[in-house]
Amino acid sequence: MAMLGAINPVLMAGLNGDDSWRLKDYVARGGYEQLKRILQTGMTQEDVIGEVKKSVLRGRGGAGFPTGLKWSFMPRSFPGDKYVVCNTDEGEPGTFKDRDIMRYNPHAVIEGMIIAGFAMGANRGYNYVHGEIWEIYKRFEEALDEARAAGLLGQNILGTQFGFELFAHHGYGAYICGEETALLESIEGKKGQPRFKPPFPASFGLYGRPTTINNTETFASIPFILKMGGEEFLNLGKPNNGGTKLFSVSGHVNRPGNYEIPLGTPFSTLLEMCGGMRGGRKLKAVIPGGSSAPVMPADVIMDCTMDYDSISKGGSMLGSGAVIVMDETVCMVKALERLSFFYHEESCGQCTPCREGTAWMYKVVHRIENGQGKPEDLDLLNSVLGNIAGRTICALGDAAAFPVQSFLKHFGSEFEYHIEHKTCLVPKDVQWAGSGFHKIPA
Amino acid sequence: MFSADTLQKFAREVAKYPAEQKQSAVMACLAHAQEEKGWLPPEAIEAVADYLGMPPIAAYEVASFYNMYDLKPVGKYKITVCTNLPCALSGGYHAGEYLQQKLGVGYGETTADGKFTLKEGECMGACGDAPVFIVNNRSMCSHMHPEQIDKLLEECK
Ligand SMILES: Cc1cc2nc3c(=O)[nH]c(=O)nc-3n(C[C@H](O)[C@H](O)[C@H](O)COP(=O)(O)O)c2cc1C
Ligand code: SF4
Ligand code: FES
Repeated sequence: MAMLGAINPVLMAGLNGDDSWRLKDYVARGGYEQLKRILQTGMTQEDVIGEVKKSVLRGRGGAGFPTGLKWSFMPRSFPGDKYVVCNTDEGEPGTFKDRDIMRYNPHAVIEGMIIAGFAMGANRGYNYVHGEIWEIYKRFEEALDEARAAGLLGQNILGTQFGFELFAHHGYGAYICGEETALLESIEGKKGQPRFKPPFPASFGLYGRPTTINNTETFASIPFILKMGGEEFLNLGKPNNGGTKLFSVSGHVNRPGNYEIPLGTPFSTLLEMCGGMRGGRKLKAVIPGGSSAPVMPADVIMDCTMDYDSISKGGSMLGSGAVIVMDETVCMVKALERLSFFYHEESCGQCTPCREGTAWMYKVVHRIENGQGKPEDLDLLNSVLGNIAGRTICALGDAAAFPVQSFLKHFGSEFEYHIEHKTCLVPKDVQWAGSGFHKIPA
Repeated sequence: MFSADTLQKFAREVAKYPAEQKQSAVMACLAHAQEEKGWLPPEAIEAVADYLGMPPIAAYEVASFYNMYDLKPVGKYKITVCTNLPCALSGGYHAGEYLQQKLGVGYGETTADGKFTLKEGECMGACGDAPVFIVNNRSMCSHMHPEQIDKLLEECK
């Protein structure tokens, strides 16, 4: 199913599961009309960027940077190849929205990228697709073939002077390639190791050419923004937080899945849409924006609305919109152990503070979880944290530190309990029951 | 070294990139090579490098950087289980344990008959469908509770 629930949906409106992703369905929903309008009524690049700015669309990949502003950094009249790159690497634990956008509305991504190409004077684009979603990648390639056959891609689009080529690039299992400069290295056929910035991609990007990278959901929003007008899109959300957004809800709710809701919707409403807590249990904590966002205790998130500003005021980040819900059956030490393992595994190893720091964090949390923690371990973790912040090439170092810092801050007593009693506060069978895993047949 | 079908796939990938940037196709070509051979023996990596006109060492670097390439032989069915936190909250660990019990091997191991290799994986971007597996890098399996796991293993002939 495309969406388990929605309030005023935009990106996912009018979809009918697997039956409505094709070009003809998208066109029937008004698709490619905005591209036509732009090319056939003589809209300028400034007009398009102006509309995106008005919408206050903020990047949906994690950082929430205003898209219109990012687009205005591209040196549009710089001669030669310029690139637009879509980030469908979606590896941030908890995030599965881009997969559904690509699965059910791939042409919205394509139209958004073509319009972006026009607005920034770019003539080529790539969409970098997460390695694990082969079927979605294949479908996207089919959608590209459809667009090409209809004259929506290639030279002289819709009989105009404007040309734009677009291809899909399939990843093969590396979280770090979601970082935009690692992604560019990866498209160039190298190891996905982030580049030093500056220079920024707008001046030195793919193959050293000016490049703009946006998330899948960001591009997919573009045709709708042009259709309804920037101002109306903005008004769907709240000031400084324009539009609707997809939230991927996972963990201890009755109906995990994707939900498209206006930014500014109360967290409690989203939780209700998910059918409430599994088994009616009590909410303990929520990671609101993918595993790299600081964890929030139940009482704090229950007072928040789902938008960049409210979640940031509550001490976390809206990030990719991946809402990981945890109830009282969760052992916070074990939860953090798994996240720390992930960052340790996925660190690309270029910077010593990140490579060594993520290894240390995992080692220490692992031993606490396994009853071998020492009283001084919590101080040790804090000192490792201090050595990572601000000392790395890319944000993975910080992303690894945020969970540790926030888990210790809000749930430190559980770590102390583990160290003192060499076991968990939450019995193993309670943790099992909380997972909802079916009983193994005898 | 490669079948005509695989070579055709290589050509299709190379065509996606500017003429002087053939190396960009290395990830896709390695993936297709692995699809044909079952894993990536050194000769296959070298042949891909040769095809793309890049130094073999550069192709090795790529093959060893990305998790989904198999630089050692794997079973006929490679099952990767997501155990990252969002999945673990909905049974990811237990699904992996059940699979280990049924197959009698741990993560990173292959059954004696060479049929199954088990791997622990990271977020597959499908956390709402937990527990999730991927078979042979391509086929995603959702909601893998004991009944579904039994069925999957039966279907792997
Ligand atoms: C370690 C790391 C992983 C990231 N993973 C993703 C990802 O999977 N998808 C994504 O869109 N952005 C990801 N980002 C953010 C990108 O670097 C980039 O900011 C984003 O794609 C820009 O698009 P936006 O402005 O539309 O959000 C990641 C960043 C870091 C540091
Ligand atoms: S911070 Fe970590 S992941 Fe990022 S470049 Fe440095 S070592 Fe690599
Ligand atoms: S955590 Fe398992 S698919 Fe995301």
